[in-house]
Amino acid sequence: MIELVGATKRFRSASGGVHTAVRDLDLTVAAGEFVAVVGPTGCGKSTTLSLVSGLEPPSHGRVAVNGREVTGIPDGVGYMFQADAVLPWRTVLDNVALGPRYRGATTSDARDRARDWVGRVGLGGFEDYYPHQLSGGMRKRVALAQTLVNEPRILLMDEPFSALDVQTRGLMQAELLRLWSGTGAAVVFVTHDLEEALVLADRVAVMTAGPATVKQVFDVRLPRPRDAEEIRLTSDFLDVYREVWESLREEVQITRERMSGRVA
Amino acid sequence: MSHDVALPGAAAPIDEDLAVSSARAAVRRRKLTVTGVRLLLVAVWLGSWELSATYLIDPFYYSKPSAIWGKLVAWFTQTTAFGSIWTQISYTLQEAVAGFALGGVAGVLLGIVLGRSRFVADVLAPFIKAANAIPRIVLASLFVIWFGLGMSSKIATAFILVFFAVFFNAFQGAREVDRGLVNNARILGAGRAQILWTIVVPSATSWILASLHSAFGFAIIGAVVGEYSGADKGLGLLINNAQGTFDSAGIYAGMIIITVIALVAEWLLTLLERRLLRWRPAASGSHDVQI
Repeated sequence: MIELVGATKRFRSASGGVHTAVRDLDLTVAAGEFVAVVGPTGCGKSTTLSLVSGLEPPSHGRVAVNGREVTGIPDGVGYMFQADAVLPWRTVLDNVALGPRYRGATTSDARDRARDWVGRVGLGGFEDYYPHQLSGGMRKRVALAQTLVNEPRILLMDEPFSALDVQTRGLMQAELLRLWSGTGAAVVFVTHDLEEALVLADRVAVMTAGPATVKQVFDVRLPRPRDAEEIRLTSDFLDVYREVWESLREEVQITRERMSGRVA
Repeated sequence: MSHDVALPGAAAPIDEDLAVSSARAAVRRRKLTVTGVRLLLVAVWLGSWELSATYLIDPFYYSKPSAIWGKLVAWFTQTTAFGSIWTQISYTLQEAVAGFALGGVAGVLLGIVLGRSRFVADVLAPFIKAANAIPRIVLASLFVIWFGLGMSSKIATAFILVFFAVFFNAFQGAREVDRGLVNNARILGAGRAQILWTIVVPSATSWILASLHSAFGFAIIGAVVGEYSGADKGLGLLINNAQGTFDSAGIYAGMIIITVIALVAEWLLTLLERRLLRWRPAASGSHDVQI
C-alpha cells in the first residue's frame, strides 16, 4: 500500500548548506496495518510523512502509494498534523464538512456527513461552536473527524496528540483505536513517545538520529482490540517496551550529545 | 489587599449574592464617575476658551465656542454661502464613500493577488515602494486637471489614499497565511481557487478590517482636500471659503461636522467587524476585577 525505497530528502538550509532530513529510507506498510514510527525529537520523522502525502517530493529514491509513484497528493490519503489545522473562522460542523465540500459534495450533503462524524468523535451538541471555544482535546477530535470524514485508505498522523496532557492523550489514543478498527485503513503514526507507539501499533519502526533512516522494525504482538489505558500495565507490554527501548535509547543518546555539544 | 475572611460554609450563598450585587454597584459607580469627569473636562475646556476669548485673546483669530455654535445653528437652520448644509454634507459623503468603496475593493483584490504570487510581487516590489513614497495628497491637484471640478476628481483622491492603506494590509494578510492550514486543505482535497476562497481570504480578513478603520478617515481627508483644490460644493469648499473670509468659527464648525461623520463611520465599521469576526475569542478587555 505504502512503499518507500531508498527515499532521501534534502533541504537547502537557511545558511546556504544542505540539510539531509531523511536518508535511504525503506519502509512498507500494508493495507489495514498500523505502523508507528518512533525516533528522537527532530530526526526527520515528519519529513517521512510529507513524502508519502505528496506535499514534498523526494530528492532521491522511490515513494509509491497503491503501487503508483507519488507525484501529487495521492487519492485516499488523510493527514493529521501536529499543530491545530482546524479553521478558526468555521464552526465545528463546517470544519468537518470541509473535505466533502472540497471534493464537490453539496452543502447539505457535506453537512449530513459531517454531522455523522462529529457525533462519532463524541462532539455531538458542539456542532455550532467555534474552535476557540473548545478545549485542546476537543479540537483534536474536530481534526480527527475532519480527516476521517473523507474515509481515507491511508491515514498519516504526525504526533497528533503530543500537545495534550497525559490523561487526554490516553483518551484520544483509545478513541483513535475505536474509530480505526474495522476501517481497514493503513496508518503511519509518527511519535517520539514509545509508550504511545506500542499502545497503538502493529509494528514499530525505530529511526536513527538525523538524518533519519529506519534502524530496526519491531512487531508488537499484543492482542486486539486493545484497551489503551490497561494495556500499558501488562507484562507483555513491558517486555516489548524494554526490547524496543534498548534500540531507541542509543539514538536518543546520540541526539542528546549533539544537542549538548551545540549548547556548549 | 486581603479581604478574604474565613466564613462558615452555611453563610456562603447569602454572602455570594451580596458580593455580586455590591460588585455590580461598584461597576456602575465607576462608569458614572468616568462619565462625570469627562463632562467636567469638556466644560472646563470650553468654559476657559469662552472666557479667555471674551476677555484676553482676540476672538477674530481664535473664535470662541458660542460663535462656533452660532455658526452651526446658522448653517443648519438657514443656509451656507453655497446652498443647504445638507447638500454640502451629502456631496462630501458621496465622494468619500465612493472613494472608500472603490479603493477598498481594488486594494483587497490586488493585495491578495500579489500576496499569493511571489513572482509578481517580486517584480512589482520597487514600483509599489516608489508609489507609496509619493506624497499622494499632491495628486489631488493633478486629479483636478484630469477630472475637472466635479465629484470624480475628489473620488480619485480618496481612492488613491484608501487604496494604499488597504492594499498593504491585504498583501501582508495574504502572505502570512498559516502554511499548516494550506497543507491541511490541500490534503482534504482543495484546489487553488478553493484554498484562496476558504483559507487565504478569511485569514486576511482581520488584517483588512483593521486597515478599513483608518481607510475611511483617509477617504474623508481625500474628499475634503480634493475640495480644497477646487470644487463647487462640499464641506472642504465650505472650510476653504471660511479661510478665505477670515471666518475662524466657520473652520471650526466644518471641522466638527467632519468629525461627527468620521465617528459615525467608525461605529458602523466596528459593527461590521464584530459581525465578520465573531469567530474570534472575545477581546482581552473583560478580565476579572478584584472585589
